[in-house]
Amino acid sequence: MSDTTTPVAAAPATPPPASGSATGNEPDDGPRWHSVMRDIIGGSAMISVLAVVLALIAGAVLIALTDEKVQASAAYFAARPGDLVAAVLSAISGAYVALFQGSVYDFRQSEFLAGIRPITETLTFATPLIAAGLGVGLAFRVGLFNIGGRGQMLIAAACAGWVGWSFQLPAPLHLVLAILAGVVGGAVWGGIVGLLKARTGAHEVIVTIMLNFVALYLVMFLLRTPGLLQAPGTNNPISPAVMPSAILPKLFGPGFNLHWGFIVVIAATVYVAYLLNRSSLGFKFRAVGANPNAARVAGINVKSMYVYAMLISGGLVGLAGVNQMLGTVTSGFSSGIDAGIGFDAITVALLGRSRPWGIFAAGILFGAFKAGGFSMQASQGVPIDIVVVVQALIVLFIAAPPLIRATFRLPTPGGLEPGKPARPAKPADTTPATTPPATTTTKEAVR
Amino acid sequence: MSVERCLKGWIGQMKLELRGITKRFGALTANDHIDLTVEPGEIHALLGENGAGKSTLMNVLYGLYRAEEGEILLDDVAQHFAGPGDAMAAGIGMVHQHFMLIPVFTVAENVMLGHEETSFGGRLNLAAARAKVAEISARFGFHIDPDALIEDLPVGVQQRVEIIKALSRDAEVLVFDEPTAVLTPQETDELMVIMRQLKESGTSIVFITHKLREVREVADRITVIRLGKVVGEASPTATNAELASLMVGRAVELTVHKDEASPGADAFVVEGLSVIDPLGQLVVNNVSFTVRAGEILAIAGVQGNGQTELTEAIMGLQPQVRGEISLDGRSLRGLSVRKVLDAGVGFVPEDRQEDGLVGDFTIAENLMLDRSDGAPFARVGTLQLSYLSSFAEQKSAEFDVRSQGIQTPVSRLSGGNQQKVVLARELSRDLRLFVAAQPTRGIDVGSIEFVHKRIVATRDAGIPVIVVSTELDEVTALADRIAVMYRGAIVGIVPGNTPREVLGLMMAGEQPPAGTIIPPSAESSHSEGVVA
Repeated sequence: MSDTTTPVAAAPATPPPASGSATGNEPDDGPRWHSVMRDIIGGSAMISVLAVVLALIAGAVLIALTDEKVQASAAYFAARPGDLVAAVLSAISGAYVALFQGSVYDFRQSEFLAGIRPITETLTFATPLIAAGLGVGLAFRVGLFNIGGRGQMLIAAACAGWVGWSFQLPAPLHLVLAILAGVVGGAVWGGIVGLLKARTGAHEVIVTIMLNFVALYLVMFLLRTPGLLQAPGTNNPISPAVMPSAILPKLFGPGFNLHWGFIVVIAATVYVAYLLNRSSLGFKFRAVGANPNAARVAGINVKSMYVYAMLISGGLVGLAGVNQMLGTVTSGFSSGIDAGIGFDAITVALLGRSRPWGIFAAGILFGAFKAGGFSMQASQGVPIDIVVVVQALIVLFIAAPPLIRATFRLPTPGGLEPGKPARPAKPADTTPATTPPATTTTKEAVR
Repeated sequence: MSVERCLKGWIGQMKLELRGITKRFGALTANDHIDLTVEPGEIHALLGENGAGKSTLMNVLYGLYRAEEGEILLDDVAQHFAGPGDAMAAGIGMVHQHFMLIPVFTVAENVMLGHEETSFGGRLNLAAARAKVAEISARFGFHIDPDALIEDLPVGVQQRVEIIKALSRDAEVLVFDEPTAVLTPQETDELMVIMRQLKESGTSIVFITHKLREVREVADRITVIRLGKVVGEASPTATNAELASLMVGRAVELTVHKDEASPGADAFVVEGLSVIDPLGQLVVNNVSFTVRAGEILAIAGVQGNGQTELTEAIMGLQPQVRGEISLDGRSLRGLSVRKVLDAGVGFVPEDRQEDGLVGDFTIAENLMLDRSDGAPFARVGTLQLSYLSSFAEQKSAEFDVRSQGIQTPVSRLSGGNQQKVVLARELSRDLRLFVAAQPTRGIDVGSIEFVHKRIVATRDAGIPVIVVSTELDEVTALADRIAVMYRGAIVGIVPGNTPREVLGLMMAGEQPPAGTIIPPSAESSHSEGVVA
């Protein structure tokens, strides 16, 4: 109680809105869960950027530590310290240059087209991450933690795939139907969660985790059972290949992996941005996410918002599964098709602060990590696990904004929690507008 | 603990002096060179409006804030408190407005919490704590069982446990922060007695409040602060009007100007309403009343006697409701909140931050919180943002919401301005009933006047109005009739001019004296003043 954080923590309750007796009238000790959610969503863009920077610095330390030349030169550090410094610099720069070359532009290539290949790879990896990130982020905004991305993707992939190989249809129609089937599959799998939460109060975190297992073993069963999803003539748990008419066409011809799924995801981002910021439904979503009590008192049906939100969230995550099925792994899928995207999506949504275009940018960054990680390993021998560690550190830093603020000496932001201007300085913004005129103008009101 | 302090402890006399305390939050100066001297064994009232800086000053004294300037002296020795621990060790005790007690612990356990005496092997010495509680309790005639669980005790007794807690740590200056906010009038009177007893035993008391009556009753000296500055000292013989004008810096009319009500027909009828809360408790017990068009029915009572649940039941926010609720002959019972609002009910919830507003949303967004679905705020599911901003501009002008613009998040507004946003939203619909729960809780005097005027104007427009309030002043100022609730039931419905002593007794559950209950009115066939 006696350390210096106490005044900072206690200060906000008292300043101007209502000190005196009202210190207790401004309590925000409602559901803690929601204040955590608000923290996650409310962080500033600066925090996200700095979290990435900090994680990359930590990654650099790891790269240096694991580098063989660095280790060797450290052994005779006392004799020739310059060797160690040179080895460290070369290890770090080598690794990050390789990361850049593998994810953005490969300047070793003479031709421009070959040079931009890495960026298209990045976008290809980013496509499902953005789709699933949008789903998870939308749920965040409604105050829901959707960690059922894996299950929703698996079900979506199974539905899209089944339509993709079972029917003979003209190309665009077949593709559209397959996409729709997948999105609906994901939406249903997510909607179950919303329904259970609305009807029984089951916590969505538990339900989504459990449904991940249900989906995984259901799909594995279907893939193992001849006559269901298993490819004819094989004993392996793998599905038939999708027909060409249901495959997402390549955007820039066969030389590049980037396909139309990316365009679909851009459209999805535009849609989610409209939904959240401009639509009536999105307004209610945000109201429920920011303060479910006030939303309920204002006549918003909170339970049905949970159901709608999980339907849409599941559908968006399903789009990621569709993208894997019809764009990336068209030769038939196994139960590993989700490739961990359902979980990476949580990170992407956090890094993007649950804002649609923030998620879009975060998805591309993570796509770049994936694309560049391979080239880093191939050319520099840096273990790809370091990329995973960097990703994990980003989440860790985002989850601990005070750590970032302390590191970069940022001021504490304010106004995140209702009634608690978190920065003592904040009141300055409001008081001139409120307090002094209060005495003069109300005087007139009395007369 | 120093030797001198021990000696002082025997004499039980300590002089507290605050010199030039200045505390700033950014550009806001919450305390501006405040001087305050509390002589040994006096009750010193710190009077001021909400937001005047009283609590900030006490938090500085208690070591929670560090002042930028000024010093704290105890018996003329400067003190430096790094935290509440230091302040407590120096002999300063605080009785918080919201008790710092653990409900599932016993009195003795709560009293020793933080200062646990242990015997060999870390075993708690509960007997010592019990003895201490018994000793202090006997000294002041508290009659507190050291082994009672806090959650089983009435609020007034819980407050005494807080006092015991402070005294058990040898507090010589006791700070009471708005101690009467949660008490019935009778409990308040008992607290006054206790404060005098404490004073006689040599304890100095700082009594923070904004209630004039209590100050005049118990204080030896009164310091009035406004906008962070000491604006004057007064003696308890000053009149209410003198003190009030010191507090707000201008002559205030404490009463609301309203004409005689001209009530119309029975509009809103509640019959035999009972509510069972999620824990299975019967929180509203067979309540019946009628509100006529164009009258204000105030529901008085100490916090927690079923008023909250009653308003929630009316709004469709309570799942288990028995009985009948009807508005203009149409039943509201069992309808969703949406349908109740659509039926023309305006509702100001008692906790505006938790239930009335979305803090992160802008003023404009909060103004359409209940109507984002259809025209004029949305068309084919798309929000009409240009309509919203013109609507919000107009409403914030009409309701005098002071802000930096309609895009300001409401969490940045003062309590009074937040309440105006709620009021603006609820009064913008076509109303057939208006329910306002604690409409002026924690807001400044200027806003209180504004809110009261609006409520009276709503009544004068011929709308039935229900005002739920725990403040007797507010109840008597606004009400045409008063229903008093106690333990979930209505004790009686009495005229608006009923003396406050009678209301106080009713709030403690006693029947009103014969003759004060309004007989079932001739034009109304509904029974009123039903007692379960």
